[in-house]
Amino acid sequence: MTQIAAVGPQPDAWQMRYEHPSRWTLMVRYLRRNKSLVLGLAIVIGLTLFTVIGSLTIDTEKRAYPLAVKPKQPPSAEYPLGTDFFGRDMLAVMVRGIWQTAVIGLIAGAIGTGVGVILGFLSAYYGGAVDTVIRAITEVLLPIPAFLILVIIAGSIDRKSVTIYTMAIIVSLLAWMGPTRIMRAQVLTLKERMFINVARLSGMSNLEIVFKEILPNMLPFILASFVSGVFAGIFASFGLSVLGLGPLREPLIGNTIWFAQQQAAFFNGWWWWPLWPSLALVLIFVSLTLINVGLDELANPRVRRTE
Amino acid sequence: MRLGYLVRRILFLVAVVWVAATIVFFIPRLSARNPIRERFAEIARSTGFAPKDLDQIIAAYEVKFGLDKPLLQQYVEYMGGVLRGDLGPSLTRFPKTVLELIFSALPWTIVLLMLTTLISFALGNLLGALASWPRSPKFVKGLMAPLMMLQAVPAYLLGLLLIFFIAFRLKLLPMGGAYSQGVTPSLTLEFILDAARHQILPAISLILASLGFWALGMRGMGITIQGEDYVNFAEHKGLHPRTIFTQYYVRNALLPQVTGLALAFGSVIVSGVLVEQLYGLPGLGGLLGDAILKNDYFIIYGITLFVILSIAILMFLVDLIYPLLDPRIRYESR
Repeated sequence: MTQIAAVGPQPDAWQMRYEHPSRWTLMVRYLRRNKSLVLGLAIVIGLTLFTVIGSLTIDTEKRAYPLAVKPKQPPSAEYPLGTDFFGRDMLAVMVRGIWQTAVIGLIAGAIGTGVGVILGFLSAYYGGAVDTVIRAITEVLLPIPAFLILVIIAGSIDRKSVTIYTMAIIVSLLAWMGPTRIMRAQVLTLKERMFINVARLSGMSNLEIVFKEILPNMLPFILASFVSGVFAGIFASFGLSVLGLGPLREPLIGNTIWFAQQQAAFFNGWWWWPLWPSLALVLIFVSLTLINVGLDELANPRVRRTE
Repeated sequence: MRLGYLVRRILFLVAVVWVAATIVFFIPRLSARNPIRERFAEIARSTGFAPKDLDQIIAAYEVKFGLDKPLLQQYVEYMGGVLRGDLGPSLTRFPKTVLELIFSALPWTIVLLMLTTLISFALGNLLGALASWPRSPKFVKGLMAPLMMLQAVPAYLLGLLLIFFIAFRLKLLPMGGAYSQGVTPSLTLEFILDAARHQILPAISLILASLGFWALGMRGMGITIQGEDYVNFAEHKGLHPRTIFTQYYVRNALLPQVTGLALAFGSVIVSGVLVEQLYGLPGLGGLLGDAILKNDYFIIYGITLFVILSIAILMFLVDLIYPLLDPRIRYESR
């Protein structure tokens, strides 16, 4: 590799005259242009700070669960976000709920993207029978709305034993088809590029090519796919839990909304109970979408031209 | 070639239906739960009715529902039932079958989803086309960012916020239900107006959540069409801008959006089901939410399979209609 790299363009006098801005400056300059990425990241950081500071200052182990505080209190100095019908402090519920929602999303995103990357690589790089089988399975599964299958899975297991982690795994069971298809297409186009041929001619093994040449080039796509995976995971777990299929003991955001609906919270005037979880979820979904748009711009410079 | 395309699409449809039905059949049987036993446990809890020969009763029910037969035979019979449209009996409303319940709920869902999808498709595409049209006013372009944000939020959440702001705070519209309490459904103008008033908020939440999808897709299409020779030619011919916009611009950009319609059915139906559950409407969503609450597994499985099948069939139909709309596409392409 080193010999080949040496043949590349040498830094000449023209380039020498300009001092190269540091990586940091370049990044800041780029972020100034990519506003949706910045805004999305800012919201995510804000939510992270909320949960971190919250769990450090409040006893969420206790106050986020029933019978901890006086029930049905509107927001006040003592309970900034109010308390719910079951005697939970909504502030503690939100701190814990956002955290748990994020955990589900991160696990589902990681599993979905991981499986997608592996299957996509196998499918595109080796081709043949492997490709046919993987493609046939993804093609048939994709049109089936995963959410409905999840309803059946979540409905078939004992609801009392569902935890945050089983929820995350259920949600990620059907989250790999999309990433598989994207990764496969991406590897197929990369595979034909000149630098892969060069690597092969210079004696790199298949594995080396995959890890040293193809994978680094796919990072933006993998990252984007991970972010959409997190989005889809939170979306699916939210859908399941507002149908009453979530881990009912936990103060997961979707569960909180479901309980509020079950107790007719708006009808009884306890507006703060469903309102905070809804707003938190809106923030989560919007920030993930903004990050995804920003990443898309990062990975696909061609999008910029259409603006 | 037309025949070959048709056969391929039909085979694909059959494969999707078969896989979906198989998943719906096997997953519940992998679990250790016994719906009939749970049903009796629930009756015992709520009414105090706890017969001593419970095991015998459960066994008798299992014979009645065919749950005692070998798994393979059950599978074959179940598949036969699916093909005939038989989704089994309901547990909680026993003499009624799942299919009967679905059909009594279906009109509500169809009316709501059809109307909202049509409005959203028309409005979204119009906004998207205008946003990419160079002559349109600035504010239309400014609409795209908010629409993108709205698209990120599930219809269920928008529905909740609408209930809070419009129904709870401003008290403009009812908070939920399909019609006012104490009113009996009838075909009078009064009842229809009352029911329509209850559908406004669910409809708005579904429209707002899906508008961005159409608008952004259409804007993307419009941008690629802008530079096309035929648009330039039409302009140089001196055609009226409105003619160019409708006949050249929208006509060409709209076609791929119809394919988007097929892709959107899945999410439209899923979010429709969730919104119905939120507002307590008697459609499929209300039925599903109720069944989950009452542990009526047969209804849960029945509705799920029914919705999957309808989505597969709708996608199949759009695939068939599409070449008729777009003369550039022939069946043999692909």
